[in-house]
Amino acid sequence: MNIGLLVSHYNYWVVIFLMMVGFYILISRGNLIKKVIGLNVFQTSVFMLYITLGKITAGTPPILTEGEVVYSNPLPHVLILTAIVVGIATTSVALALAIRIKEAYGTVEEDEINRIEAGIEAGG
Amino acid sequence: MLLTLLAATGLGLLRIRNLFAVVMLAGVYSLLSAGLFTVMDAVDVAFTEAAVGAGISTVLFLGALALCGHHESRPGHTPLLPLFVVCLTGIALVYGTMDMPPFGGADNPVHHHVADHYLEESYHEIGIPNVVTSVLASYRGYDTMGETTVVFAAAVGVMILLIGARTRRERPGGEEGDG
Repeated sequence: MNIGLLVSHYNYWVVIFLMMVGFYILISRGNLIKKVIGLNVFQTSVFMLYITLGKITAGTPPILTEGEVVYSNPLPHVLILTAIVVGIATTSVALALAIRIKEAYGTVEEDEINRIEAGIEAGG
Repeated sequence: MLLTLLAATGLGLLRIRNLFAVVMLAGVYSLLSAGLFTVMDAVDVAFTEAAVGAGISTVLFLGALALCGHHESRPGHTPLLPLFVVCLTGIALVYGTMDMPPFGGADNPVHHHVADHYLEESYHEIGIPNVVTSVLASYRGYDTMGETTVVFAAAVGVMILLIGARTRRERPGGEEGDG
């Protein structure tokens, strides 16, 4: 593995690492709120991937100025702005659902919820 | 480098079991990513992330924690299967990046579709110097309208869920005991 590949792909790899951390939190932790946090980490890593794609070395933010300037690509920025707002909307719905589950079962731990469900089924 | 700090914060999020600390750390994570966006020239994204990710979502999580308790119990099953799945996915994704263009190159394919048009023509067509704004509000205005619809639907959903919870709690002898 040569050093040039490491430098030019370091961003992608850290993004993948963060994505996998979020994924791992999501599938291995039983607490519903922790799961939502994992989902957020995953989401932010995707945002970083898009912004990474839009960056041009020695570029400037895409705000038009006089003279010959290299601008970074504005399109990923627009998409990610939309995605951040949609992300907070889904997060709030997920948290509201967690609060409802807490009301109904008295817990937000997946294992305990499963146990209560099994108890209800066994009891008829 | 910021990315390395982000990776460290991600690991902290994974390890810590006190959810209050996890939420605070998620705020730090969000702020770090906002710094990263600034470095990557995405200033609009950076301040949205700082306001929404580090601000609003931290408040939302704290509100949820106040209602749900802030201790996470130890997972009951072994972490081996999830770890295996995650490693497999990660390796597949890293393999995929081998075909990706190098970071920061000006002739990467992503820069040669409509981006040139936006950068060259948007000032004549729209008259706003900030290209991100003119793309968001004009060229991709329907996206933004759809986004507003999604946010509206989410707000309605949250209201229905939480108001339903309150009326059920007020009614004596509801079907579930309250938590």
